[in-house]
Amino acid sequence: MSVFSGVAEFPGQLRSRIPALWILASAAAGAACIPLLYLLIRAAQADGDAWADVLSNETGRLLLNTAALALSVTATSAALALPMAYLTERTDLPFARWWRSITIVPLAVPSYVGAFAFIVAFGPHGSLQELLSPLGVESIPSLYGFVGAWLTLTLFTYPYLLLVIRAGLRDLDPALEEAARSLGQSAWGAFWRVTVPQLRVSLAAGSLLVALYVISDFGAVSMMRFDTFTRAIFVRFGSSFDRSTLAVLSLVLVALVAVVLAIDWSQRRNARYHRLGAGAARAPRRVRLRRYRWPASAGLLIVTGVALLVPVAVLFHWLSNGLQQGETFPGLWSAALHSLEASALAGGVAVVAAVPIAIVVVRRPGFLSRIIDRAAYVGYALPGIVVAFALIYFSLRVTPGLYQTLGILIFAYAVLFLPQAISGLRSSLVRVQPGIEEASRSLNRNSWQTFTGVTLPLIAPGVLAGFALVFLTTMKELPATLLLAPIGFETLATGLWAQHQDVYFARAAANALLLLGCAALPMIILFGNDRGLRT
Amino acid sequence: MTCLHARFRLLLGLVLLAGLAIGLSACADDEPPAEDAGQITIYSGRGESLVGPLIERFEEVSGITVRVRYAGTAELAAAILEEGGRSPADIFYAQDAGALAALAEADALTRLPDGVIEMVGAEFADSDGRWVATSGRARVLVYSPERVPNPPDSVFDLVDEEWRGRVGWAPTNGSFQAFVTAMRHIHGEDVTEAWLRGMIANDVREFPGNSPQVQAVGDGEIDIGLVNHYYLFRFTAEDPGFAAANRFTDPGAAGGLINIAGVALLEASENDDNALEFIRFLLSEEAQKYFRDETSEYPVSADVKARAELIPLDELDPPSLALTSLSDLEGTLALLQEVGALP
Repeated sequence: MSVFSGVAEFPGQLRSRIPALWILASAAAGAACIPLLYLLIRAAQADGDAWADVLSNETGRLLLNTAALALSVTATSAALALPMAYLTERTDLPFARWWRSITIVPLAVPSYVGAFAFIVAFGPHGSLQELLSPLGVESIPSLYGFVGAWLTLTLFTYPYLLLVIRAGLRDLDPALEEAARSLGQSAWGAFWRVTVPQLRVSLAAGSLLVALYVISDFGAVSMMRFDTFTRAIFVRFGSSFDRSTLAVLSLVLVALVAVVLAIDWSQRRNARYHRLGAGAARAPRRVRLRRYRWPASAGLLIVTGVALLVPVAVLFHWLSNGLQQGETFPGLWSAALHSLEASALAGGVAVVAAVPIAIVVVRRPGFLSRIIDRAAYVGYALPGIVVAFALIYFSLRVTPGLYQTLGILIFAYAVLFLPQAISGLRSSLVRVQPGIEEASRSLNRNSWQTFTGVTLPLIAPGVLAGFALVFLTTMKELPATLLLAPIGFETLATGLWAQHQDVYFARAAANALLLLGCAALPMIILFGNDRGLRT
Repeated sequence: MTCLHARFRLLLGLVLLAGLAIGLSACADDEPPAEDAGQITIYSGRGESLVGPLIERFEEVSGITVRVRYAGTAELAAAILEEGGRSPADIFYAQDAGALAALAEADALTRLPDGVIEMVGAEFADSDGRWVATSGRARVLVYSPERVPNPPDSVFDLVDEEWRGRVGWAPTNGSFQAFVTAMRHIHGEDVTEAWLRGMIANDVREFPGNSPQVQAVGDGEIDIGLVNHYYLFRFTAEDPGFAAANRFTDPGAAGGLINIAGVALLEASENDDNALEFIRFLLSEEAQKYFRDETSEYPVSADVKARAELIPLDELDPPSLALTSLSDLEGTLALLQEVGALP
């Protein structure tokens, strides 16, 4: 059990004399706190009623609901993602390269689309019940409420954990597992006693992403009629237009997030996860599944089938209805280009902003770096609408020339999704032996040359994972895009929302299907090669 | 390693290319200053599919370039409040009266000239002239003719045992909330609260909006939904065999309420003349006929009659209730929260 434990000391790797790294990291984390500043300014203007409202029993019920949902979704996502990551990375699973891409695409399904498709398919009078009715099944258990929200969010957020765990697995030195095997552990024992504890950083980072996503989700809980705190914020705000109330309620949400972050803080230890021996880690030998090959494939097929095929089938049904009526689809291609462009830029900007934070967190552990790390999560945990209003407020006052430009939109995405990029980077960076960086510095490379020449190639899987997470999440972002995008800059997500709102189901379906395609294609390019990403 | 580098370079190249494209396009459509006589900016809570063709037609007729931001009515209203005097918008085109009234109350709207207000009936404009309706929708029951051969005549019948678990509503929806506000004004707080509690006790099903209820009636999940009349026409346009019908109820009472979509000129606008030209266009015969024919709504101009398959406005006898009084949303929200219909 103690193969990796022990408090690590990190001698001066990447330690520049000037605190440029700290300045960059603080700036990035500070940007993520802009929405919090806005909430404080607005909440200060709130009257007593707004605060009294917050202290009601209803608030307690909503917080309990939210916490229960976040915990359950995180637990089941981990239970799905861990075996899926291991199967696709470390075994001779048939068609592994396809599974590597396909298993993360559910991340791009907007939660309201997923929830809607599940209601159509598994609802009280849905397709499943129709299929079963010849067998005398007149009704099936209701999907609405906690169960529906839990199922939907699990199936569309497990890829957060999957991507981060996989980046961790790729960088894991197989020597430890082999040592465990040579000491008489079964493959199963080595997995639980060596591999899983080594993945603690990835599991924690991915779980945090899932839990905070659930806390800030509106789409799935509203379709499934489950009252969470974010739903209450949207509902009250949507009816009263009162930004002070919105701010007070959001601050309660911030308090809940602070609790989650504190729990995560107490769980992290300064353990060492990188290899100590000389040389480089070998590529791991693939575990042979033998008779479990097809059951394992069937498992993956069930998860991705429910998460992808069900929504796709529902969308195709709408699309074909519309095509029969001669529906036209204006503006689809420009929306797709806008989506790809905005998502790729957001991914790039978020990864660049996340690098200094990931470095100080991993290489310079301490109170300050932890504060920076926690601060970076604030924007992510807030509903997108709060971030949008914060940027309306500050952009018009500080940078009026940039208001409603692509620049401010990308900035909003980076504020919203920075932690996803950090998680990807961190789970790779902890595996990089500081000694390699020190060797580079001792050979007279400066810290920038060391980073680009040595560290960056080693953490490539984490960079890709971080980019992919932000890319996919940006694809489906709605509230900030609607308010902050340049006028006329319609994306697939805004098109999908608008057409569905106006009951143009065929057009909405075309937007949604194209969105899934635009999400899947880059993932196949990035993750679809057989050799994995070992460097 | 090489393979990885190649893909990295590909990725980097794509990102740079995208950046370049954006830079170029930003230079290309360098927007003209707000004083430019030939342009207006609209914040529209109504969707592009519904009003886009009409706006294009306006550009053709007037030669004025129109820039439109489409988003939810509530979000746009709040964004206009947040932008204050710095708002780039000239016009707010809203899906419901509540949002317009909230902006009027916050002094974000400019009073419209009498000539514009007089283009519609008095019941379709704000009493202070700060906004004007452009089209109307009737509150109706959408029902399944197959499962409900005798649909009820009043929303008050829906608390009867006969309808237990068979009815849907959308308490988060602006139109539904306007309907509850109307009920409070016409029938009083106690009657409204009793009706809301009766509906909940009768196992009413909650939906996130109007169209999911219409869908649910078609799917057989519920038998009756409380909606606006025009959603059904979109469903039958997508699927001619869609099995649902509208029932007009409660003439002269809250169940017969006419809700509106409306438009207002923002205080922050420096482009009043062009903006007013757009508002006049929306009330013109051509635009009113568009609402009648294309979006299946009620025209608000007396010169244009409603679609044949709709009951005419004067026969519908909508409750004699100034639309402005529908802005008393706070009391409605408090009541909906108190009975547990809203979180």
